[in-house]
Parts: sequence; structure tokens; C-alpha cells
Amino acid sequence: MTEIRMKVNGSVESLDVEPWVSLLDALRERLGLTGPKKGCDQGACGACTVLADGMRINACLALAVQYDGREITTIEGVAHPLQEAFVRHDGFQCGYCTSGQICSAIGMLAEHAAGMPSVVTGPGDRELSETEVRERMSGNLCRCGAYNGIVDAIMDVAGKDAG
Amino acid sequence: MRPFAYVKPADVTAAVRAVATEPRAKFLGGGTNLVDLMREGIERPDTVVDVTGLPLDTVEELPGGGLRIGALVRNSALAADPRVLARYPLLSQALLAGASAQLRNMATVGGNLLQRTRCPYFYDAAAACNKREPGAGCDALEGFNRGSAILGVSESCIATHPSDMSVALAALDAVVEARSVRGTRRIPLTDFHRLPGDNPEIETELALDELITAVELPAAPVAARSRYRKVRDRASYAFALVSVAAALEVRDGAVTEVRLALGGVAPKPWRAREAERILLGGPATEAEFRRAAEAELAPATVRPANAFKVNLARATIVATLRELTTGGEDG
Repeated sequence: MTEIRMKVNGSVESLDVEPWVSLLDALRERLGLTGPKKGCDQGACGACTVLADGMRINACLALAVQYDGREITTIEGVAHPLQEAFVRHDGFQCGYCTSGQICSAIGMLAEHAAGMPSVVTGPGDRELSETEVRERMSGNLCRCGAYNGIVDAIMDVAGKDAG
Repeated sequence: MRPFAYVKPADVTAAVRAVATEPRAKFLGGGTNLVDLMREGIERPDTVVDVTGLPLDTVEELPGGGLRIGALVRNSALAADPRVLARYPLLSQALLAGASAQLRNMATVGGNLLQRTRCPYFYDAAAACNKREPGAGCDALEGFNRGSAILGVSESCIATHPSDMSVALAALDAVVEARSVRGTRRIPLTDFHRLPGDNPEIETELALDELITAVELPAAPVAARSRYRKVRDRASYAFALVSVAAALEVRDGAVTEVRLALGGVAPKPWRAREAERILLGGPATEAEFRRAAEAELAPATVRPANAFKVNLARATIVATLRELTTGGEDG
């Protein structure tokens, strides 16, 4: 067992974990934060997306011991206009991917604001187009196929941020 | 997941010492591949040496205009580095074409080089795979092999190397720096990965106790005009069917310098030296691009399901080189 300390959604948590426990299991099973979902458990679906020091990661491929001393934000710690925008634009159907989608979108907007390029970004291209949103959000699958609503919700919020 | 001991050394000396006496130890970087393989029972280390606390996460200038990239630089950070974007745009494009944003935020440069194949039979414990279990056979040979390699394959293994980043590094003459208790050595990227031959379980020149500490990029003015083009089954977040990393300099209609490497077609990042040889000094025309691509792909060993990769690779090579010649003339 290794003792780790993480700041999770603003409060410092201290917990003993075996080194093979994933960050996702530590959050869900030890801290009761079931917002991050276990979809594929192999980094393919993005339902487990959380923010580590503001950067989006897949919690299922992270060992909890590697995040000792870090700051983790799950959907339970989020209060963001994206949440209402997802409701307004029907950005989900069953809702299983939604917590990951919203955490991922928060990370994505921060990356874009910081100048992170994407594979569809042309030189000097700074606008967050729909094509950009789809490319930058490709790590989050929605098997209900609510992608149009998800993109609309993100574009809605991104437009307001820019304005 | 099978239990293991976990250590997190604070410096490189301690890290290489930790594996020197422990043959069943593995270095852990971002975890995006190793954690998955451990969960699947394919990787079974007794000890995991977490190297993410080591001070190897910076990109530094080399004399003469090259860059030294620490092994722990995250894929997303490297892709966004202004020096990479200006001097080696194909490397940034390759990184951004790989995986998803979440994975790029986790994955390290050293770990990316050591990614293991995504051949479905390698992942399937019920299937025969010489890479996973030497001597077991290869179910991919007569199985689902649409994504399998066509160059550099053997009867033991036709799995592809999955990395996009490594294809760009192969084109850039990158050098891998590795450290062990015996010292430091430098391995050219194009020699770093091995072809399968009769031992597909051995994938790189790296010894079990060696840690990748850096990747060095020599200055390459030609790379300021370069492109990484990836063809895949869906628009984003998929492994390459074929990819092309290319840099090209044309003067007075003739090719004065060229770099060409292929992904998705071989068990290692494939530097297309035969095509480069044909192109260098010749006219920068589509006919020549096609002739060079055909020569590179002539030794291809195909199976019915992946024979399409020959045409796809040829067309992608031609399209990438054409794009580099029509995007504006140098000099």
C-alpha cells in the first residue's frame, strides 16, 4: 500500500492504494466519485475523462500512485456554463458519456485558448470552428450519437467566451 | 491487474540502478500503453519503475539549430512547441494525428517510441502470437490482417508499429539517447526499432536495463517545408492504414533534398531510402514521385486483405510530395 494525497474537487484527500489501482477506481471506489465513468477501461472511449492540474486525461489508464500531490477535478467539482448548454442543446441521450464529455470540453477550451494546435488547424488559424471542435473532442465517444448536440453546446459556450 | 512493486526514483542514476538487478522490471511513463497491457496480462512486470518524476521534461536547443527533447516531454507539449512548429512541422503534425487529446496529454516521447503493436492477435490471449509468446505461431497470417504490414515482414509476424511520432522522427534522422548503469549510448532512430525476423518479441535495440533519456533532432532546414499525412478508417482517433512523413526541397525544378518515411505499412517506422535515392537530383514531377513510390513498394509482401495498402501508400506518397511542391516554391 502506498499513501497518496490528492486535492480532489478542492478538498485534500489522503488514501492508501495498491500501486495497481487506477485513478478511475480510486475516485469511484475509494472516494465515491462516480461521475467519471468506466466505459472501455482501455483509453478508447473517454467516459473517464477528468482534469489533472487542469489538463484532461483518461483516468482509466492512470495509476493513482502517479497522481500523488496532484489536483484532480471530476464532474462533481465542475460548475461551468457547458453543463446548461448540454441540456439546452440535447448534448446527450443516455448520459453515460456526458461527464467525460464536459470535463474534456473544459480541458479542450483551455488548450485552445492557450494556443494548442490541432491536426486540422491551418497556420494562423485561431477560430474554434465546428471542424476544430470535432477533431479536438474525438477522444470522447457517444454511442447514442448525440454528437451534433454536443458540438452545438460547445460552440455555444466557446462563442460566448470569445465574445 | 497482476500485483507489482512500485518505485519512483528521483534521479536518472537511481532509475537505472532500480532495473539493473531486476530483470522483470518495466519503466512507466504516461501509462497509456503499459497500463493497458498490464491490465490485459500481456505485460507482467514484477516491479514498475515510475520515471515521471525525473527531470527529463524539457526541450532544449542544440548547437547548430537542432533540438534535444527530454524523454518525458508530453506528446501534446512537444506538438505545441513553437520551435517544433517552425523547424519540424511534420513532427507536430504526426503527434497531433496520433491518439486523442487526453492520451497526448499523458503520453511521453520515450513511451511513444516503445509503444507495442495494436495487432488484434497480440492483444487476444486466446490467439497465437509469436510476439506475445515466441514459437506460438501467428494467427494474423491467415486471419484478420487488413491492417497488417506489407514491408519488412516475416513469416513470424506481420504486425505494424503503431506510432505516428516515430515515423516523423525516422524522416528527421533523430537519435535516441539511452542510459544504463553501463553508461550512455546513442542509437539512430532508424536503427532503434527492429524488424521481426524470427524474433518478433524483440522490438528495439534497447536492452532491458536501458532507459531512454532523450531524443535529439539534428538541424534540418529542409524540414521547415514538411508534411505528415495520415490515412485512416475514420477522420480522427484511429491508427494509420498508411502515413507519410515527407520533407522536400526543390530548386529549378529538381529535387535537391528529400526525406521520406512511411507508417502503417511496416513493423517499424519505415524510412523510404530507395524512394529518396530515386528522387534526389531528379525532376520534381508527379511521374517521378510515382516511380519512386513504386520502387519503394516493389518488395511488398501482401495478403488479400491488405493488398490495398500498396496502392494507398503509393497514392499518399505522391499526394504528399505534390503538396510540398505546389505549396509555394523555395529559393
